[in-house]
Amino acid sequence: MAATALAAPQEASKRRAREIKKIVIGLLFISPWIVGFLWLTLYPMLASFYYSFTEYQILAAPKWIGLANFNEMFFHDKLFWTSVGNTLYYAVISLPVGTVGSILLALLLNRKVRGMSFYRTLYYVPTVVPAIASVMLWAWILNPSVGLVNFLLSLIGIKGPGWFNDPYWAKPALIVLGLWGMGGGVVIYLAGLQDIPTHLYEAASLDGANGIQKALHVTIPLLTPTIFFNVVMGLIGAFQYFTQAFVAQGAFGGPLNSLLFYNLYLYRNAFSYYRMGYASALAWVLLVFVLIVTLGIFRTTGRWVHYGG
Amino acid sequence: MAANTLKARVDGRAARRRQVRYYGKLMGRGLTHAVLILFAVIFSLPLFWMISNALKPNAEMFVLPPRWIPSQFLWNRFPEAFTYIPFALYTWNTLYIAGYNVVATVISCLLVAYGFARLEWKGRDVVFALVLATMMLPYQVTLIPQYIIFSRLHWVGTFLPLTFPAWFGNPFLIFLMRQFFMTIPPELTDAAKIDGSSELGILWRVFVPLSKPAIATMAVFTFMWNWNDFFWPLIYLTNQNQFTLSLGLYNFIGFVARTEWGLLMAASTMMTIPPVILFFFAQRSFIEGISLTGIKG
Repeated sequence: MAATALAAPQEASKRRAREIKKIVIGLLFISPWIVGFLWLTLYPMLASFYYSFTEYQILAAPKWIGLANFNEMFFHDKLFWTSVGNTLYYAVISLPVGTVGSILLALLLNRKVRGMSFYRTLYYVPTVVPAIASVMLWAWILNPSVGLVNFLLSLIGIKGPGWFNDPYWAKPALIVLGLWGMGGGVVIYLAGLQDIPTHLYEAASLDGANGIQKALHVTIPLLTPTIFFNVVMGLIGAFQYFTQAFVAQGAFGGPLNSLLFYNLYLYRNAFSYYRMGYASALAWVLLVFVLIVTLGIFRTTGRWVHYGG
Repeated sequence: MAANTLKARVDGRAARRRQVRYYGKLMGRGLTHAVLILFAVIFSLPLFWMISNALKPNAEMFVLPPRWIPSQFLWNRFPEAFTYIPFALYTWNTLYIAGYNVVATVISCLLVAYGFARLEWKGRDVVFALVLATMMLPYQVTLIPQYIIFSRLHWVGTFLPLTFPAWFGNPFLIFLMRQFFMTIPPELTDAAKIDGSSELGILWRVFVPLSKPAIATMAVFTFMWNWNDFFWPLIYLTNQNQFTLSLGLYNFIGFVARTEWGLLMAASTMMTIPPVILFFFAQRSFIEGISLTGIKG
């Protein structure tokens, strides 16, 4: 009796010591991430939040101006709205087209066709081409007078547009370039399709469902988590779209401001005008937008993330 | 007799139906292949065009209808591109940055992923949720203060802002690695624990040898990101001697203006070859990595 009473607190303290040791070892292992998180994520986040309420030209200390940056952005800055409009234009066209296109291709590839891995490889290769190389290549293919695309269009009697030289066609040119990289989506959807258990299709067949019914009632519903995930990432990605537009505009003199995407405008404010406060405000508006989109999707679907583990 | 003819007729009808279904299936399959081939052509034509233009004489670049196969192959465009721009230097810079990132990222992500996958400690899951949350964080929110930090350290204009942060791991790859570690059966660790190995020893002797495919995936992704990256070199590299291929090529466009398209295409081709080759060799790890995390190359 006395012995157990004595042993209990000793054991408890031993257990606590063991637990603390475990925490210490765990923290040591993840310490690279912790240092990076504190130094290059958390502090910068707080700092840029503060900067967004200041006027900060790098050389002088940040000057508190309250909500003036946001006020300017939303109510006085036409270019801000141009950049939002351009970004949404890009997203609204390229996301649905890319999604439908890559789902259709994934469905075709999922039909146990011979040479599937060959096709998959060919579709995926464009996504590993460096952005800078692909912009140069497409600027050449979309050249209004001697480009391949306008030549092919002329064969069927269509006079091709000016693409990167034309303010109305510069964005569609980038959309075409983006769709060339659709293979990334194909691979993701293909993985999603292969996750669908075959017994569901068998059950549907027993109920006398035909191919289209199976697609509508089995494939598409079970694919929605993947679709949602991709659309959300695509929308967020559109607001971070940079290199292709920057190169197209900078190198080929894309028509002024027709390629001014959100992220380009942020870059311009930060690194051309050195308006670090205003650029930080733009970054925080972007973050809030990302949060709203993400939370909205979480709310509506609840279970679109499959972490597997 | 009558029964026999009836049976034959029924058999014949069934056979015909089977035949119709067979041809229908064949046609369906043919259609599938036709569409797949059409798209295969559409997706690969631009790359074919790039190589074709890299090799063809200038005069043939501007003709209509386009000349698919050059009349002569100007192989010396490639060495010419090397002298026209400091291609070798840019390649070396890119390789240095990408190589550094591969080594540092693999080491740091292995450690961090092990801490999340195999060690049990209080608060682990909360911290891991934080790692996942940072995956969604747009980099713009940290961009400006980071730039200010690095410029105060006098790192702007050096490779350090592009390399050193790799020691802190990458949330996507930490996640990928953790998922992989969790598939390794715990019994394997128990044996090592009885032998008195430290956690670091277990990671090194048990997990690393078993995780070669996942490590390859991490390395391939990191290399690819760095090879193709344009944004970070644009922000942090100021000296021409330090430019990467992306940044160097970008400068080259302005230089050569619109006249030397052949050289531009040759340079683009050379820059595209390494990632494409890497992709062919590491296709499996690529596809698995993408399917697991849903990230696009």
